[in-house]
Amino acid sequence: MSVTDLAASSTGLPAGTWQLDPTHSSASFAVKHMVVATFRGRFEQFDATLTVGQDSAELVGSVDASSVVVKDENLQAHLGAPDFFDVERYPHITFRSDSIRRDGDELIVDGRLTIKDNNRPVEARGTIAGPAVTLGDVTKLGITLEAVVDRTEFGLNWNAPLPKGGFAVANEVKLTVELELIQS
Amino acid sequence: MNVLGVAGSLRRDSHNRNLLRAAGALFPPGVQFAQYDRLKQVAPFDEDDELDTPLAVTHWRAAIDQADAVLFATPEYNASIPGQLKNAIDWASRPVKQTVLRNKPVAVIGASTGMFGAVWAQAELRKALATAGARVIDRELPVPTVAEAFDDRGALIDHDLALELESILLELLDSAGRRQAA
Repeated sequence: MSVTDLAASSTGLPAGTWQLDPTHSSASFAVKHMVVATFRGRFEQFDATLTVGQDSAELVGSVDASSVVVKDENLQAHLGAPDFFDVERYPHITFRSDSIRRDGDELIVDGRLTIKDNNRPVEARGTIAGPAVTLGDVTKLGITLEAVVDRTEFGLNWNAPLPKGGFAVANEVKLTVELELIQS
Repeated sequence: MNVLGVAGSLRRDSHNRNLLRAAGALFPPGVQFAQYDRLKQVAPFDEDDELDTPLAVTHWRAAIDQADAVLFATPEYNASIPGQLKNAIDWASRPVKQTVLRNKPVAVIGASTGMFGAVWAQAELRKALATAGARVIDRELPVPTVAEAFDDRGALIDHDLALELESILLELLDSAGRRQAA
């Protein structure tokens, strides 16, 4: 395996269309639970494509909201209900970038995240690695991005007050995607 | 469109049954509205009984399942939901993955003989229904001093209350209609 040079783009990203390897990628969230701890969940079904042209780049992602997975099946059912993601009415969570900036291994992506028809600007920061030629001469790119959003801006308002103050779940949620992208 | 009415009190001359009757007269043509009349038969929830579900529970779940929307009218007992109504919600919410309440459009109204119109019971019932996965209309209709609330024909005397009730019913039907159209 070796890092390889691809056609130059003024974006600093390797030109081409890069599609998701779902097996080796993840989309997850983390939120403060009971004030002190961090609770994590993930989505099993999602897609992402990075398209890099001569002067522009775009990252587009879509998540099947019903594929949310947490350790407790009752909570999982509740997360799919109207109280949370309301997957019957809003089956998809989507993201589309407005701009992508690369500085060495760092990546800053500004875009629009849509959950339950609420479209809000989001800044995601992370890293980029590659491209690298891997097994079978497949060229891959690795991207990790994190963004912090206020879930109540996306219509996910459920909460429960705790007897001695505070709430069961924080409003701030950290979203993380780890993408293994294949050049197509 | 089929709407099921569920009164939270069991007695025959329940004020909340009367409130449901008043609501039933406000639905537009084409809506079939029927009150559930077997709430009292639903046994106490017991996880041990889930493997051999009591017939009354099966009947209750089927009634919810077959309705396009459910309208609850609840009194307030000790600042909360009547026990038998909560018990029935608990049965309907099981099993969690296949509950008949999942995404079911529901609305909650309520009446009391006192000054507060069962407002706390309504709030708690909305919370329980949402937690069970229902699509809950985020509105309330507190009908206070209910003994004097209806005219000779059974309609709400307070014009503003009647308008508010009608508006809640339309929102409930809209929610059910969106679900049918999807």
